[in-house]
Amino acid sequence: MSGGIPVSRAFAKGMHDSGGKGGDFSFVQISDSHMGFNKPANPDVVATLQAAVDKINGLPNKPEFLLHTGDISHLSRPEQFDTVDQVLKGASAKDVFFVPGEHDVLDDNGKSYLERYGKNTHGAGWHSFDKKGIHFIGLVNVLNLKAGGLGSLGDEQLEWMEKDVKHLSHSTPIVVFAHIPLWSVYPEWGWGTQESTQALAYLKKFGSVTVLNGHIHQTMQKVEGNVTFHTAMSTAFPQPQSGKADSPGPMKVPAEQLRTLLGITDVNYVRGQHSLAIVDSTLG
Amino acid sequence: MTKTNVWIAGLATPLMVAMLLLFAVPPSVTASDQPSASNAEVKIDNFSFAPQTVTIPVGATVTWTNRDDIPHTVVSTDGVFKSKVRDTDEQFSYTFSKAGTYPYFCSVHPKMTGKIVVQ
Repeated sequence: MSGGIPVSRAFAKGMHDSGGKGGDFSFVQISDSHMGFNKPANPDVVATLQAAVDKINGLPNKPEFLLHTGDISHLSRPEQFDTVDQVLKGASAKDVFFVPGEHDVLDDNGKSYLERYGKNTHGAGWHSFDKKGIHFIGLVNVLNLKAGGLGSLGDEQLEWMEKDVKHLSHSTPIVVFAHIPLWSVYPEWGWGTQESTQALAYLKKFGSVTVLNGHIHQTMQKVEGNVTFHTAMSTAFPQPQSGKADSPGPMKVPAEQLRTLLGITDVNYVRGQHSLAIVDSTLG
Repeated sequence: MTKTNVWIAGLATPLMVAMLLLFAVPPSVTASDQPSASNAEVKIDNFSFAPQTVTIPVGATVTWTNRDDIPHTVVSTDGVFKSKVRDTDEQFSYTFSKAGTYPYFCSVHPKMTGKIVVQ
């Protein structure tokens, strides 16, 4: 197998010095900023997003770009998107690639999201790009959800994805990012995607596949063959572990604990080894 | 239960006033249009609709109230009604003018489902 397997270096709180050493390049995933949320679980989501940006700017290896895996806003309002864009301008990495969360496409089926973030994307905002030999695929699984169902990709996007990866060599490292997990984390709470098996089947030939998701506001990781699945913390508020509460709603914790449950995900790539190291760092 | 009773009582008072007024005028065809006492309330709490199934007479209105810290929607599975996104404490009402069974869900969290039976 010429493609490597991503390695999880650390989940420990506050770890940020093991990532990036000797790497060819790194990028950072942030997620679930929920700008506009103002309930007791976090009355100041601007401050915690700013803390995430400060964390990014303090990383020993400067990330080349950022991925935001959705729920940028809490209610899809223009001023909420504006605030996030403004805060992210302070990050050392200037390029940000987005996919929407369900909170970003409320009421207008994603129209205003697309107007703002849809440049160079297809359909509802899915897209792919190449950086330093890695092929990145941003998927949208938060639209046209069916009663009783999970996240959904839809036929048009699946067809696009199959074509998108067809021409790639099997040694190309692949990074897939999407809001709702592309693995079955906890279907009872809707934490999964309807057609994820089909989507992942298109990636079977690749030696290294890393799947980065948000939505569940906590880190989880699973390795299955050539695929590493990873979810990031939110920058806004934590959510309970699968089934450990009455609902997946915001989890209120003592104020001094909040930032230990929020964070960023630093992903580091070493070309020779074809390996991606995933390091989660909390904000406090 | 207590809350429901209070709510109905609150609505019943203006209704009774209206009915008293009706005695003074010739019977009107609009008098029975709104059986307000049969209106129903659905609360959205902990990512679920409660009660999950509500049975109402034709012409009754159902009001949903979001009690969660997270926005939800109320969307008919068959496209009959569709709320805008409802944030904390916001409401949505729909009046059912035809008998039938109306399944619905939250389009943001589709695991949340409910049903209105109109008889």
